[in-house]
Amino acid sequence: MSYISKPKFQHPDLEENEIGLTRRDYEGTLTTLCGGCGHDSISAAIIQAAAEMSLEPHNVAKISGIGCSSKIPSYFLSKSHGFNSVHGRMPSVATGANLANKDLYYVGISGDGDSASIGLGQFCHIVRRRINMLYIVANNGTYGLTKGQLSATADLGSKTKSGEESLYDNIDMATLAIELGASFVARSFSGDKQQLIPLLQAGLTHKGFAFIDVISPCVTFNNTDFSTHGYKNTWENYISLSQVDFVPMRKEITTSYEPGKEKEITLHDGSVIHLHKTETNYDPYDKENALHHINQHKKKGEIATGLLYINQSASDLHELQDTVDKPFNRLNNHDLCPGNKVLRGINETFR
Amino acid sequence: MKPTDISDPDYFHKVVDCQWACPAHTPVPEYIRLIAEKRYTDAYMINWQSNVFPGILGRTCDRPCEPACRRVRVEEQPVAICRLKRVAADYKSDIKDRLPSVPKKKNGKHIALIGAGPASLTVARDLLPLGYEITLFEKDELSGGAMRTQIPRFRLPGEVLEEELHYILDMGVNCRFGEEITSMKDLLNEDYDAIFVGTGAPLGKHLDLPGYEEAKENIHTGIEWLASVAFEHVDSIGKKVVVLGGGNTAMDCCRTSKRLGGEEVTVVVRSGFDEMKASPWEIEDAMNEDIPIVNFHVPKEYILEDGKLVAMTFEKVRKEYDENGRRLLISTGEEPVVIPCDDVLCAIGQDNSFPWIERDLGIEFDKWELPILNNTTFQSTNERVFFGGDAALGPDNIITAVAHGHNAALSIHLLCNNHNINDRPNPLTTLDSQKMGIHQWSYDNDISDDMRYIVPHAAKEQTLNDLNMEVELGFDEELAFGETMRCLNCDVQTVFTDNLCIECDACVDICPTDCITFTLNAEEPDLRKSMLAPATNLAQDIYVSDLLQTGRIMAKNEDLCLHCGLCAERCPTSAWDMRKYLFNTAKAENACQS
Repeated sequence: MSYISKPKFQHPDLEENEIGLTRRDYEGTLTTLCGGCGHDSISAAIIQAAAEMSLEPHNVAKISGIGCSSKIPSYFLSKSHGFNSVHGRMPSVATGANLANKDLYYVGISGDGDSASIGLGQFCHIVRRRINMLYIVANNGTYGLTKGQLSATADLGSKTKSGEESLYDNIDMATLAIELGASFVARSFSGDKQQLIPLLQAGLTHKGFAFIDVISPCVTFNNTDFSTHGYKNTWENYISLSQVDFVPMRKEITTSYEPGKEKEITLHDGSVIHLHKTETNYDPYDKENALHHINQHKKKGEIATGLLYINQSASDLHELQDTVDKPFNRLNNHDLCPGNKVLRGINETFR
Repeated sequence: MKPTDISDPDYFHKVVDCQWACPAHTPVPEYIRLIAEKRYTDAYMINWQSNVFPGILGRTCDRPCEPACRRVRVEEQPVAICRLKRVAADYKSDIKDRLPSVPKKKNGKHIALIGAGPASLTVARDLLPLGYEITLFEKDELSGGAMRTQIPRFRLPGEVLEEELHYILDMGVNCRFGEEITSMKDLLNEDYDAIFVGTGAPLGKHLDLPGYEEAKENIHTGIEWLASVAFEHVDSIGKKVVVLGGGNTAMDCCRTSKRLGGEEVTVVVRSGFDEMKASPWEIEDAMNEDIPIVNFHVPKEYILEDGKLVAMTFEKVRKEYDENGRRLLISTGEEPVVIPCDDVLCAIGQDNSFPWIERDLGIEFDKWELPILNNTTFQSTNERVFFGGDAALGPDNIITAVAHGHNAALSIHLLCNNHNINDRPNPLTTLDSQKMGIHQWSYDNDISDDMRYIVPHAAKEQTLNDLNMEVELGFDEELAFGETMRCLNCDVQTVFTDNLCIECDACVDICPTDCITFTLNAEEPDLRKSMLAPATNLAQDIYVSDLLQTGRIMAKNEDLCLHCGLCAERCPTSAWDMRKYLFNTAKAENACQS
């Protein structure tokens, strides 16, 4: 780790966003991860995404579990709420937080160990329960914090730095999320911020459970030529199913697109996702089609990335539970104990 | 863009903005680090090698380095480079044993230097250790030139001046002081191998307005008056003084007047306050001494009463621009302004003057009466005659004179060894990694946010009553340390090795000023636009790598790099490294060695 703090001087032309903050205002403390860790690029992408969206830091909650990945929330949005929870239990804490205050943006950060091994059960259930949040898995195929054992997302045949080969098929977090009912599923790469940033913005804006599997190489323990999660392999086998642009609700659309080769997805708040240069016959609304494409590419040793699946009409937990409009944490005594008259009214309905 | 050729000695030199801007190319960050370590003598010697007069320049330099300082591009004020130089001079120990040794056995070459100012003394400094015999002619009884005559002692104490003059004079100069050269022809007929002219720009301009002839006795040209004060020929002035002009000489004149009995001293400039040529800190010091500066007043007439100067009249003007963008001063039509005065000091410019150089010696002059020179070698059209300092290119400053002196000394050395004087030796450069551990460097890379420290001044009540009392007290060691920490160490370069890069973006993500971009290559104007933060300062280079694995290039905007080393700290493969670039101009001692 670096011993100095990041200099406060910033680029004099750095733009201020709509609420008068620059990108530097969305930073966290200086990273303590290894130099070159993909996770730092994820932090940087979140910082950029949040600054461009003019998110108010106090309206964001960051929640993580345990692992290198789960350290990331320290390194962005230092003025936001944060909870570094128990190994694999980030989904429970996120569910609780979301129930208590549905008005915040929730960013869950986890890793392949945290979500695909110890927390796999929790992961499945948070997807099923459709919590309105952005769930990021920083996926490096290895247990970096314990010095480089194979994780459950390591591909069959991939080798650790010490030469141990993965004998088992991997758990593909994106296909799992699609199958379990996530309404926004994407895959990206820490090295490709051009794709990752719009996906983060779309995921944050999407109402419902948004999941992004981010290939995020472990530069210390899993960045060899025979690892499928290293920089080299990812760059070489990286297939973008579509290029993604995110246009927030308020912004004018200025980019021009080739007609007919573009898919436009409008989110609930009026923001628009543009998918262009899309692979022919790729349909992000069609679960089966999405799974088919992901598997076809996987067979060829390729990593399908981009917005894999979306369903804007799915309800989130609060809608399914028909909760009150007001966030629970703002319900006061009177709201919760409305008095004898109301109670009698309720009781009447059971007679 | 083509990959950047970092082996070009100018490439990294330009990144060290202060050093690049310095006419003598003093390695500024290197000596600032030594001051931080309290190695004042080492810091002094780096300066002495490069600019010859660290104690003098640490008080009087025009500081072209400071506006160039990178810090002004990320905050308000540059590092106080000049005043740190003074710290090295103030706190050093005896340096005599570090001065170059002068061989007893001479090399048989004899050089004449005319005028004992900074340019000539630099030539002497460079040539004496090489065995040259040096004869120095000076019309005054004392050496120092403009450093003695133009700069008042309250800015440059006599002992500082004497000390640094004597480091050179004591190397064995044949001093012929009080001896004015009146004929170059005679000198050329003597047996000198080369002659160096460093006679400055000795002619002050006066302002011939109605009443001038009658009032002449009380109208003085600034530089001549300052010289008279320096030589103690003048020790008083009238109670009411008008100083005409807005340059540094005017500032020295008004402040000196205040100390010699001037009670109402007024500086009057023709154009606007913002257009004054004086250094901002000189103006500030004058204003601190309660000297008003009146702008947009054009002098019209000297007013006499009973045959004695009593006032000057001025026409009030305003600034306008014509269709060619040329600035005009237009009369406001108001009544002329009368400023009472007993004495007028004209500090409106100075000229070169070479009446003593006969025009049939092969030394050609241009239409401004300046010698025609090669601007690198400082050789005139007579191959044995060289010029330097104000005598060469017109009035400038001490550090420029020093730079000329070094170049002329090198030329003379090449000439005397029958080398082509246009074949200059390369600068001396080194580029060494500063890596000490994974995240440790041999320089302090933690950037200080401190604002520029103010140099303490002596109390005005005291300094205004003593012509020789130095106004600036200089930094104490603690203030100096704080100020050194503001230096961004721009000489510690970010060096990129493309075949080590794995394109992990770690450097891009950490860079506090968004200098680094990985992108597809393009021509420079497009590349500048496509940078993470557009590179709009065209005076600053873009450092471009060869193609990387993904077909992209690394492009780094040198403009705002803080040299904090975080890119190199975060780089997992050491594709980035922090390497110290030391650059020293080649001097006479580096030539003709084989």
